[in-house]
Amino acid sequence: MSTAAPITIDTTRPGVPLSRLVKLELRKMFDTRSGFWLMMSIAIVALLATIGCILFVPDDELEFAIFGSAVGFPMALLLPVIAILSVTSEWSQRTGLITFTLVPHRASVIASKAIAAVIVGVAGMLIAFAIGALGNILGAAINGVDAVWDFTFVDLLLIIFANVLGLLIGFMLGVLIRNTPGAIVGYVVYSFLLPTIFGILASLQDWFKDLQPWVDFGYSQTPLFDGGPSGEEWAQLGVSGLIWLVIPLAIGIWSVLRSEVK
Amino acid sequence: MITVDRLTKTYGGYRAVDDVSFTCRPGSVTGFLGPNGAGKSTTMRIIAGLTPATSGTAHISGVAYQDIPNPGTQIGVLLDASAQHAGRTGREILTLSAITMGLPMSRVDEMLELVSLTPSESKRRVKNYSLGMRQRLGIANALLGDPRILVLDEPANGLDPAGIHWMRSLLRDYANRGGTVMLSSHLLHEIEVIADEIIVIGQGKIVAEGTKAELLQTAGTFVKASDPSALANALTTAGLSASPSGDGGLRTSADPATVGQAAAAAGVALVELRPAEGAGLEEMFLELTAGTQRDTVTEGVKA
Repeated sequence: MSTAAPITIDTTRPGVPLSRLVKLELRKMFDTRSGFWLMMSIAIVALLATIGCILFVPDDELEFAIFGSAVGFPMALLLPVIAILSVTSEWSQRTGLITFTLVPHRASVIASKAIAAVIVGVAGMLIAFAIGALGNILGAAINGVDAVWDFTFVDLLLIIFANVLGLLIGFMLGVLIRNTPGAIVGYVVYSFLLPTIFGILASLQDWFKDLQPWVDFGYSQTPLFDGGPSGEEWAQLGVSGLIWLVIPLAIGIWSVLRSEVK
Repeated sequence: MITVDRLTKTYGGYRAVDDVSFTCRPGSVTGFLGPNGAGKSTTMRIIAGLTPATSGTAHISGVAYQDIPNPGTQIGVLLDASAQHAGRTGREILTLSAITMGLPMSRVDEMLELVSLTPSESKRRVKNYSLGMRQRLGIANALLGDPRILVLDEPANGLDPAGIHWMRSLLRDYANRGGTVMLSSHLLHEIEVIADEIIVIGQGKIVAEGTKAELLQTAGTFVKASDPSALANALTTAGLSASPSGDGGLRTSADPATVGQAAAAAGVALVELRPAEGAGLEEMFLELTAGTQRDTVTEGVKA
């Protein structure tokens, strides 16, 4: 038996390309019932928000900016959850045992998840805005007036960018915490508790008021929803993003690369 | 070929794997036997690159796992059949692996057929699978990329006797075609049925290794009398050391003829006298497990 021909490993075979991994991660976001309905909820929530605007916003105030913010607001919670689940399910559902066995280069897996999450985030925002635009046309038709498009292409890009940042925050928490409930709680703390603490601090301490735009990532993102940041505001966004997104993400990736998959 | 060289893994002060070295050769099924918590799964996770070793190395035909391009097509791994997204169907799980490895989708159907999962079963979600079905799915996943080497952690766990028999034929056939198989189990009889070579691990250390024939064949005799204490006295009188061995019998290193004579000389009537087949491995395994078991095994001569 032990005289069988030796088995060699072919080290010249092509590896698994990143494009294939991205395709795989996109499929994994849709192929469970919960994942599928989470994705569908983007369109469903956008539709409900649009109908709500038509029903409840006074007719003379109905304009695209209203629809845009109504459909965009729930995305700030949905997109980070999508990003969190794409990472944490590998640990919570223990599918990582197969994923990281078939692709031992964990950095490629994490990169493909990030790319897939951004693709879904941008596509989701476009779908939500398309639904909002239809609502704007429909609302104007019901009222018998011309639809008001007080929303520039740059506004659209900035809001999509802001939501991608929110999605990446979810992604970062997923990579760092690697546990579904933990990361979702982390996101709630991060996006609701932290800004409150910073706000209180700024109102009590004058010295913090000047510092706040540089260290409060939520605060420095507000110009994105308000016509676009100035040069200094971009710098503030960069610095606070470095502190609250880039550095924790780097720590998370470093620990994923070294950790044990069980 | 899987080569593990002086592998050690510590968690704080606890040595889960302690200076373990062994080789799994092509053409044979190597059984990795040990009680729960002996370090089997940790060793296998290190081989598959999921757990970093504290010291020592594990190589697949001289290559570290991380350096194998598209590893699923060269080494098939099943580490835990239950580690699956409960909301995916069996077919979807194989499809995801096939996409990763760049395989045609026809391969998914071939594998489902090979492990006898019916088309309707493959469309069910894994949360509705029995452990046996999950094991079959896990085997299908490991074999999907047509690898020449297999690493399977507790693959027979949850299989019924017919399933274990099926797995034996599958792995036997795979090894006969020149494949390398490493599989673990905490049950001696599973390993006896499936493996040709056996590595026994306990508390992180290898305590025995060899071919099944070598390990199961031990010089010695199993003997049993209706009056066990009289038999024990007879053997002691004849200068033979004996130890209790389940069912009120005794095991001794002497050959059956000598034991028979000793019993006859003392006038003890025997109920059973035979070469102690496999008893050595079983005793050793019982001793190993006794240390880690919560229930104490009561054994020995009844008064």
